[in-house]
Amino acid sequence: MEHTAQHTDVPALKNTETAIATEQLNVYYGDFLALRGVNMAIPERKVTALIGPSGCGKSTLIRCFNRLNDLIDSFHLDGRVTYYGQDLYQDVDAVQVRRRIGMVFQQPNPFPKSIYDNIAFGARATGLKTDLDALVERSLKRSALWEEVKDKLKTNGLSLSGGQQQRLCIARAISTQPDVVLMDEPCSSLDPISTLKIESLIRELAEEYTIIIVTHNMQQAARMADYTAFFNAEATEDGKRSGYLVEFAPTQKIFDQPAQEATRNYVNGQFG
Amino acid sequence: MTATDYRSRADRARRAIAEQTSGPSYFDLFWTGVAGFFTLLALIPLVLVLVYVVIRGFSRLNWAAFTQLPPPPLAPDQGGFANALIGTLIMVGIGALVSVPFGVLAAIYLSEFSQGQVPRWIRFATNVLSGVPSILMGVFIYGLFVITTGTYSAVAGGFALGVLMLPIIVRTTDESLQIVPKQVRWAAIGMGASKFQTVLRVVLPAALPAIATGLTLAVARAAGETAPLLFTALFSQYWLDSLFQPTASLSVLVYNFATVPYEGQQRLAWAAALILVGIVLLTSILARWATRKQIY
Repeated sequence: MEHTAQHTDVPALKNTETAIATEQLNVYYGDFLALRGVNMAIPERKVTALIGPSGCGKSTLIRCFNRLNDLIDSFHLDGRVTYYGQDLYQDVDAVQVRRRIGMVFQQPNPFPKSIYDNIAFGARATGLKTDLDALVERSLKRSALWEEVKDKLKTNGLSLSGGQQQRLCIARAISTQPDVVLMDEPCSSLDPISTLKIESLIRELAEEYTIIIVTHNMQQAARMADYTAFFNAEATEDGKRSGYLVEFAPTQKIFDQPAQEATRNYVNGQFG
Repeated sequence: MTATDYRSRADRARRAIAEQTSGPSYFDLFWTGVAGFFTLLALIPLVLVLVYVVIRGFSRLNWAAFTQLPPPPLAPDQGGFANALIGTLIMVGIGALVSVPFGVLAAIYLSEFSQGQVPRWIRFATNVLSGVPSILMGVFIYGLFVITTGTYSAVAGGFALGVLMLPIIVRTTDESLQIVPKQVRWAAIGMGASKFQTVLRVVLPAALPAIATGLTLAVARAAGETAPLLFTALFSQYWLDSLFQPTASLSVLVYNFATVPYEGQQRLAWAAALILVGIVLLTSILARWATRKQIY
């Protein structure tokens, strides 16, 4: 691509709209600056991967996108996070944000309820008037789990294998029909076969949803992401690590011709 | 490296492993034996108490024991402890009625909604309260309730047992809620559930078996208590016909009749003690059963 992306700027976006953007975003836990100066524009209905070494703030960043960081008392931020232009932190109810922006976590975390109730939870909690049976079937089919569980919808979600549990969590996340699905290292606790299943599922989901995925695994980013953002961390004076965005570009560019030295070193496996 | 070198090194390694495994096994055996012996010693009082209560109590158990009032001093093997059994059940019931809603709600607040230093102090206060000798609970309710109403009563006894159960319930419920992983809460919050929905629909159902275990243990503890009842319910030779009159209980019946010189009453005390042990055993089994359903 001829577009020369500045390292903290918007990658080449052709005919795609921006779903989530940050402007000069600084994230603090108490006095500690966990993530600084992030400017990103994340395109809709693409897979965007956030990669980088531990402590670089990738998970912190996606938790800003659905305001899950609100649960941490010491958390605050300055700068802006916008969702289709709407500031997520001004005059917006966090509960409404989370209904539009779903999340899948690192450890599969199904509710200790039946498979059916896991999926129906979101609709019930949000008071959505809908045909629950159809919703459960649609969500499970969409997450490629239906064939495996259609005869045991009443069994406890915790009785499934790890990979199945994670697909159940994906089904649960898309059951409320969000626009964006955030994934925080969704495969890190899974075996390679389950990982491949989930990766191909994520590719399929990108036709409908904007996917933002944090991953430790560079190959995973290379395999499935349209865009990749590389974050790095610097030690601060008091020994903590503060993260920042190094480079955000189409995945191929990040891996083949990164603009930054640090990115090149990281994707070549020289640190991290 | 030559072949001989290699062989001698392998021999040395093999010998070292063989020698090391044979050495300390007598040492292990000795200490396993010592630990086992002291375990048996510790079990002896428990077994003796149970066996003795069964031997002395079982022969006196008959239909009359469960259906009749306590006998007069010089009536060997007549009467029963029916009023005391009813009294115990009613007072434990009142205690549970008072303490379960307060205790469970307090624990939910502690575990799910409180912030900053508040929960630390409440937990500290709860620990102090559970360390207060049970007789003080009785004196407290005596001053608060018996003196103001002017009578010993089942209600006062129930309140005393309730105060006794309260810290146990708060602590076990609090712990049960804390065991539910925070990832599960995040999942619910991340789905767009409110804090209240998360607690009500996800956290509480997940913790329910553990909470039930705690409640059952609190009931078992209260059923066996004597001291709080001495100042509050006192005792009665008669049937309970109002919650505001002195009320008999199994534990106080054992306390009273075990210390009199009349054999008939002593034998009844043994039988009542056996029933008391049976109630505690039954609730403990119930608690185990609830524990088996635990999710986390």
